Amino acid sequence: MRVQFVFQEIWIGLRRNLTMTIALVVTVAIAMALFGTGVLLKMQVDKSNNYWSNKVEVSIYLCNKLSANPTCKKTAPTADQKSEIQKQLESMPQVQKVTPETAEQAYQRAKEQFKDSPGIAGSIQPGDIPDSFRVKLKDPKNFAAVVAQMQGRAGVDQVVNERAILEKFFKILGGLQWAALTIAAIQLIAAVLLVANTIRLSAFNRRRETGIMRLVGASNIYIQLPFVLEGAIAGLVGGIFAAILLSFSKVFLLGRLQKNLQFATPLGWVDVTTVIVASMCFGVLLCALASFLTLRRYLKI
Amino acid sequence: MIHFDNVTKVYSNQGRPALQGVNVAVEKGEFVFLVGPSGSGKSTFLRLILKEERPTQGGIHVAGKDLSRLTNWKIPHLRRRIGCVFQDFRLLPNKNVYENVAFALEVIGKPRRFIRKVVPEVIDLVGLEGKAHRMPDELSGGEQQRVAIARAFVNRPMILLADEPTGNIDPATSIGIMKVLDRINRTGTTVVMATHDAAIVDAFRKRVVELEDGRVVRDQSRGVYGQAYGGV
Repeated sequence: MRVQFVFQEIWIGLRRNLTMTIALVVTVAIAMALFGTGVLLKMQVDKSNNYWSNKVEVSIYLCNKLSANPTCKKTAPTADQKSEIQKQLESMPQVQKVTPETAEQAYQRAKEQFKDSPGIAGSIQPGDIPDSFRVKLKDPKNFAAVVAQMQGRAGVDQVVNERAILEKFFKILGGLQWAALTIAAIQLIAAVLLVANTIRLSAFNRRRETGIMRLVGASNIYIQLPFVLEGAIAGLVGGIFAAILLSFSKVFLLGRLQKNLQFATPLGWVDVTTVIVASMCFGVLLCALASFLTLRRYLKI
Repeated sequence: MIHFDNVTKVYSNQGRPALQGVNVAVEKGEFVFLVGPSGSGKSTFLRLILKEERPTQGGIHVAGKDLSRLTNWKIPHLRRRIGCVFQDFRLLPNKNVYENVAFALEVIGKPRRFIRKVVPEVIDLVGLEGKAHRMPDELSGGEQQRVAIARAFVNRPMILLADEPTGNIDPATSIGIMKVLDRINRTGTTVVMATHDAAIVDAFRKRVVELEDGRVVRDQSRGVYGQAYGGV
């Protein structure tokens, strides 16, 4: 096998077909980038979901002097009332665990959480967040019963199902993920068709050469390899562009999501690199396979 | 070297067979003219030798190989032992003489050192000394055909098939081409040449196999183009 000869043939093929090659590279790049973004979003959702499902599900905020709720009458519940609420919560069959959090603890936690945003952290005062109970449910779906019993009870200001907030957020991410994967699938179909067309043109352009190769007894591998590699190289170049786009989407899309939405579980570069490598391999294989199958139709051996 | 044993070939889109019960044996080192009108089956005969087509009936042996038992992936090895020359030369227009000839060796994976050694030799053999770096469009028809012959012969095939090699060339130049083919034949290579060129067949006095409507109607050693047409 004369490696130099094969590469020379590939180079000629790619250059003669420059416009098609560019179209192919761009399509593959977009397809792979969207595919990768979809996978990254899915990983992000799964990871965050796991993390959050082990956390607080329902928060019961107690009244304090700032409460807007009229049943509170702007007074904090007494210690008796608090322990009564806690007892009631603990006696509910749906509840797994009740953790009281004082206003001071909440203040410290908020300060910690917003330490990257000095504006917010500075404006939080102790007591802004009232005393609360963080309730973990045995089954997160059974929040309705807890909410119903706690809502409007003396000394209770608000009952917040934190999971519902997260769920909305996950739904948005999930939607993005599916949108990315759907567009990626359409782009992949376009990429396969473009590969087929490019290789068909290339085979037509080089029919003299392949005809002579056949005649002088070049093996099928020798005849087909330049075409298959042509597809694979276009796939690889597209993959490199996709890798750049994916790095951007890690930094700008996921990076921003994490910053603004208090994600507890950022995706590391390891995950991103895995996705990049996987989608590159996938792109190269897909292009090579599409070339090979096209050749079987258009290149008589 | 080439044995056709009762070979019939029917193309699927045609009712009439292209070849019908053909029995021909060509021995090593022979020079055979294949004559006959257009559509008489000459090209089919050559294509069958290369296994570009399969016979509908009958057996073909080429270079000691039964073609019906030759698997698809071994066809390239058969073709490496057969050189081919055509009426339309089939040179690569973007490669010079040397590159055109070298291409035949490159694509079967011969080492570069070997190519550097044998390509100039064969360019000299076909009488193109000093023209190795010309492009095909700078050459006359006769010279282009010499390049094609050089390419067909550079891998030292056992058989050289020529399909109307002088068809696009004026008579004076054709004699030169024939001398090159004769020289190749003298190295021990079997040559089968399909042709319409009566003058050449008559001048060279080699074995003549005449086909008509897919049948062998004449097989004559030291023959002429055709008595029926009043050949000399």
